[in-house]
Amino acid sequence: MDRSFGQLDDLYREVVLDHYRSPRGRDPISEPACRHEGVNPLCGDEVELAVRLEEDRIADVQLRTRGCAISVASGSMLAEMLPGMTLDEVGRLGDRFREILHGSNGDGTDDEEDLGDLEALRGVSQFPVRIKCALLPWVTLREAIRACKEGLRSPERATSTEEDSP
Amino acid sequence: MSVSIERLDVRRIRSDFPILGREVHGHALRYLDNAATTQKPRAVLDALRDYYERHNSNVHRGVHTLAQEATEAYEGVRTRLGRFLGGVEPRGIVFTRNTTEAINLVARSIVEPRIGSGDEILLTEMEHHSNLVPWIQLAKRTGARLRHVPITEDGRLDLDAFDDLLTDRTKLVAFAHASNVLGTINPVERIAERARAKGALTLLDAAQSIPHMPVDARELGVDLLAASAHKMLGPTGVGFLWGRPELLEEAEPMLGGGEMILEVHLDRATWADLPQKLEAGTPNVGDVVAFGAALNYLEAAGLAAIRAHEVELTGYALERLRSLENLRVYGPEDPEHRSGVISFYDETIHPHDLATMLDLRGIAIRAGHHCAQPLMRRLGVPATSRASFYLYNERADVDALVEGLEEARSYFG
Repeated sequence: MDRSFGQLDDLYREVVLDHYRSPRGRDPISEPACRHEGVNPLCGDEVELAVRLEEDRIADVQLRTRGCAISVASGSMLAEMLPGMTLDEVGRLGDRFREILHGSNGDGTDDEEDLGDLEALRGVSQFPVRIKCALLPWVTLREAIRACKEGLRSPERATSTEEDSP
Repeated sequence: MSVSIERLDVRRIRSDFPILGREVHGHALRYLDNAATTQKPRAVLDALRDYYERHNSNVHRGVHTLAQEATEAYEGVRTRLGRFLGGVEPRGIVFTRNTTEAINLVARSIVEPRIGSGDEILLTEMEHHSNLVPWIQLAKRTGARLRHVPITEDGRLDLDAFDDLLTDRTKLVAFAHASNVLGTINPVERIAERARAKGALTLLDAAQSIPHMPVDARELGVDLLAASAHKMLGPTGVGFLWGRPELLEEAEPMLGGGEMILEVHLDRATWADLPQKLEAGTPNVGDVVAFGAALNYLEAAGLAAIRAHEVELTGYALERLRSLENLRVYGPEDPEHRSGVISFYDETIHPHDLATMLDLRGIAIRAGHHCAQPLMRRLGVPATSRASFYLYNERADVDALVEGLEEARSYFG
């Protein structure tokens, strides 16, 4: 056993299971916050996300995920890592995360983003149908930030069939 | 019943399906996703190849030998299917791409011309999207109103509610014979009889029943019935609609083009007789011919024997799954009241995680909303896991499923 058990441990690393069992970022955040609800119509996973910005920095993130271990863990990591980061930093981190999900090992240079716990989701790249699970919180975050920028405050529901739309 | 039913020789049956010999992630394939699509026996693959190697031609118009052979083979399957459905007239059978297209054809060609604002279409809470969305679209176009029969806690249709919802305004009752999520087999005769008494048409979505049990279209008493070849050992790309011929005679064709005409002028045309009137364009000849081989295979195995095998296997699976703590198993208790479809939900492990873990052991199940989002909402879950059986499944498949499930639970628990 095998190859399959090894692969399983690649996907569900202990860090991933820890985030899944006790997801971070569930506490309500102070207003004004921008909200978005992301759904994956293929599997029914849902992410409700709220983000509060202070100028170009993320002050706070709250999210509730109804979904699989991968989407819950990915959202939990996002909630833990993002507060305090600038939007540019968040953008670079998201790009780097997408790269490893698509199997890139990076160029090994020092200026690559530190992925922190997200590194533990690298194994998802071996399970292409699950990549969209890992990205659902990120796609939802992008829409919430867009809502902030456009001054919208009402929750909008949008679907994210694209596993990795630009 | 005094007729004895032969037991299936599952070992021999399995040897007829080449794909069942393959491995997935180093394990023997355990295919438990038959409600989505079924595997194909060698006879079906051979028929497809033989058609293209020896008889391929367009149908109905050609004079040459190949055209005659192709036409005979294609129309032969229509006749064959008529017998399979209990001896219905072949001209009441229309080949489509799938069940979905057959239901859309009913909506466009049969229901739309006879429905208006204030009329009602009665559906159920357990329908597949293919028997919901065409009616949502129709309601939008016509102003007709949609009503839905609720389900009971054990996943049956609430028949008292059905009786109340069925009124003089009801123009159509469209419902599944067997639920693709709950496995529930609905009491078709009772529903059809009451609908007829109110003057409403009935459409049966038989996609999950016809492959698995003897179905006599006329005995059921419905007006229209739709199903798909790929869920009954046949190729993808073929579905069919059966309808009472007098109903189809009145139908307004959904598609216009070649094959469906009698006479065409530049500014007007008249329609061919049934069933060509409703089959515009070159049909999927090769796959229909291969579907004929699937029908032969099913009849040789025996639909009653297939049904008995699935009842036995489903009973075994229900017993094993129900012995697990904290696992919700949906649908009626008694395997006699359900098809070989079992959906379940475990709080500790999401269906997608479970499906991935089982896949690594070669076990193919379905995880998700099963194209029944309203039913998922009714059950209060985002998704379920689903195992579904067919004639080639065996107890060892169920054992592998339960062992895999237990291991997954301990991994996440």
